[in-house]
Amino acid sequence: MSRVELINVSKNYGPLRVLNDVSLTIETGEVIAIIGRSGSGKSTLLRCLNGLEPIQSGTIMIDGVKVNDPDTDLRKLRQNVGIVFQSFNLFPHLSVSDNITLAPRLVLKQSPDQARKIAADVLARVGLADKIDAMPQQLSGGQQQRVAIARSLAMNPQLMLFDEVTSALDPELTGEVLRVLEGVAREGMTMILVTHEMGFARHFATRIVFMHEGKVWEQGPVAETLSHPQTAELKSFLDAVLN
Amino acid sequence: MIREFGTGDIVYLVFAARWTLALTALAFAGGAIVGLTLAVLRISPLAPLRFLASLYIQIVQGTPLLVWLFLFYFGLSIAGLPVNAWTAAALAYSIYGGAFLGEIWRGALIAVAPTQWEAGASLGLTYVQQMRHIIIPQAVRIATPPTIGFLVQLIKNTSLAATIGFVELTREGQLTSASTYKPFAVYITVACIYFLICFPLTQWSRRLEERFNVAR
Repeated sequence: MSRVELINVSKNYGPLRVLNDVSLTIETGEVIAIIGRSGSGKSTLLRCLNGLEPIQSGTIMIDGVKVNDPDTDLRKLRQNVGIVFQSFNLFPHLSVSDNITLAPRLVLKQSPDQARKIAADVLARVGLADKIDAMPQQLSGGQQQRVAIARSLAMNPQLMLFDEVTSALDPELTGEVLRVLEGVAREGMTMILVTHEMGFARHFATRIVFMHEGKVWEQGPVAETLSHPQTAELKSFLDAVLN
Repeated sequence: MIREFGTGDIVYLVFAARWTLALTALAFAGGAIVGLTLAVLRISPLAPLRFLASLYIQIVQGTPLLVWLFLFYFGLSIAGLPVNAWTAAALAYSIYGGAFLGEIWRGALIAVAPTQWEAGASLGLTYVQQMRHIIIPQAVRIATPPTIGFLVQLIKNTSLAATIGFVELTREGQLTSASTYKPFAVYITVACIYFLICFPLTQWSRRLEERFNVAR
């Protein structure tokens, strides 16, 4: 069973078709970099995977569970599918520790002590062990995003989605977040990243998915796809982002 | 017999102000219960609930408070349910306060970024858990200054309860004025007492608002 399977997925915003007959299969342990221009549907695709956005037709399966089925318990699904957003979306009224332990306590019913121990572990993994009692606004953008990744990791998900997680950061802060992502990738996590970081994609992704006009326009192993694009659209996109 | 307006009368007026404060407290408590319910219904995912809450708010905001006071005090008695001035006032002010607090708090709830709901949902929290742990705590900070502003309005509006014979600050002023025949001195004193209660609250609200704007 594949970790993620999209079959003929289409989605509209009103008259606008943002996903057009997308089919994609992702196996456990893969690191997928989704690239493409603004408006090509890549972020929407990601948000459909954990049910944040409904789809109009097609099927999305995660670990054999159909996401777009009214009978599916999305809350249960989301415990296994972490998502990290461009704008971090930390809870500003809660400390770093409470940001991370809230869901494990409420959803996974962990004891406060147990949850805090796990919070300390995941913070150590993102290199912020000393910030456990800080408030989000005391942290830099890069640190906030690392806390958001830690918050997701604390739920011990089977799949992690990253929606342009470095786009809101200064270049100097991007590096620290990418290093955390590298660490997560090395641990064998199945990851889907919508990204503009071609360097990161080149080194850590296993596969490139190029989206264009709501479709998976071209995909394949990273090195090959980036060095020998098959379509004119990918070629012109790569020319634009690499120069 | 007409007597002088003296220190004793001022002391009486100050004492009568505690009934103003007691009625304010009761009205605020009742209004808070109604208002919180309305605010939550107004942003509910279920359209009929949103409609009902909105209808309530439209009706109450479109009718005078004085009419609600009369309705409960005189109306219920004639309908065979005699109520005292306390009960009538408590009911009328809760209904009235609820409609205004409901709107203030709804505004605060929707002022919390939608991405906060998404972040909560993505972690597997239920709607109620998102509301309770993520949205309401942030909305409270946003809502505090306008809520205090409404409280000041409420304190002044409790004077309307004088019309159904509820002896609070204004009613006590009327009685004092009638027996001393010094309306000017009496009502100036009454006004001063209201001001001394309301002014610190207004200042507090302003300070909180400034702090909130800085924090943003």
